[in-house]
Amino acid sequence: MADEGGIIKKFMFINRKAPYGTIYALESLEVVLISAAFDQDVSLAFIDDGVYELIKGQNTKAVEMKNFSSTYRALEGYDIEKLYVARESLEERGLSEDDLVVDVRVVSCAEMADLMAEQDVVLSF
Amino acid sequence: MKFGIMVNEGPYQHQASDTAYQFVKAVLAKGHEIYRVFFYHDGVNNGTRLTVPPQDDRNVINRWSELAAKHSIDLVVCVAAAQRRGILDESEAKRHGRDAHNIAAGFRISGLGQLVEAGIQADRLVVFGD
Amino acid sequence: MLHTVNKSPFERNTLKSCLAHAKPGSAVLLMEDGVYAALAGTTTSELVQQAMTRVSIHALGPDLEARGVAKGVIDGVKVIDYAGFVDLVVEHPNTQAWL
Repeated sequence: MADEGGIIKKFMFINRKAPYGTIYALESLEVVLISAAFDQDVSLAFIDDGVYELIKGQNTKAVEMKNFSSTYRALEGYDIEKLYVARESLEERGLSEDDLVVDVRVVSCAEMADLMAEQDVVLSF
Repeated sequence: MKFGIMVNEGPYQHQASDTAYQFVKAVLAKGHEIYRVFFYHDGVNNGTRLTVPPQDDRNVINRWSELAAKHSIDLVVCVAAAQRRGILDESEAKRHGRDAHNIAAGFRISGLGQLVEAGIQADRLVVFGD
Repeated sequence: MLHTVNKSPFERNTLKSCLAHAKPGSAVLLMEDGVYAALAGTTTSELVQQAMTRVSIHALGPDLEARGVAKGVIDGVKVIDYAGFVDLVVEHPNTQAWL
């Protein structure tokens, strides 16, 4: 465990981009995994196309890219359990919680805004 | 105040590195401290010493190197992102059997933990990306 | 919170998403291509004007100048320089980049 002098900050990782079209989804997950070693108060926000990162049934065989969607399920094992998904973003895309690969908390715009406002560090990708 | 800076895009392709540079200069001019500049995603490409940009335009890499030298700024290039994109220092090149290394002066390669640590230790963290 | 928006509202939805999440009392800084949202007479101007009743909107002067649009800024949008950007970051306890 990394020792940062006992400081615990609220870190939020903002995911607003779809997977595979760009690397942001994958590389942001790599930061999230590393952050687990620092014992910080970590949460993830999925907004706009970021909700697509969590869709079940991703099959990357034909595009020959690494399928990293199962990593979202592994976050729980790292004590990273606060995954917030924007309700509006799901609805715009005709999606529901059942379409997602992991348990999340679906929140309204207002709730998401409140969550964001209380963060110490916000990382966007 | 101590600032952490995250740069997500490479030189010239996006304005992120330029804006980050101007912001860092302004931070220093106001008497604040830069805790670390962390380069992630294509931002690691700011750390190659092999660019030969046109003479009549700014030299993005050199000016980061110069600013770092002048103000002792910690410029960190993420090792995982760097390996993906071919930015290596001497020890990384040796370790992975590559016949060259290209890290620019003033930059060092290190892990993502340095970004998280900057978030914890700095008073403010600002992200520049696409 | 300070929110930064660096993309044109005609290219991406970042401004819209940002404004939907910016709480009253927060600040929004339009920079890089985001400065186009600061201009009057566009289909986005009204959205920005409405937002100004809840949040403060700032635009980075150097980016307006670079793009040759410094003269068309909506009344009430505060044009600042990089030093002003630093001040905004210091003033707000947290900063979020809408990319």
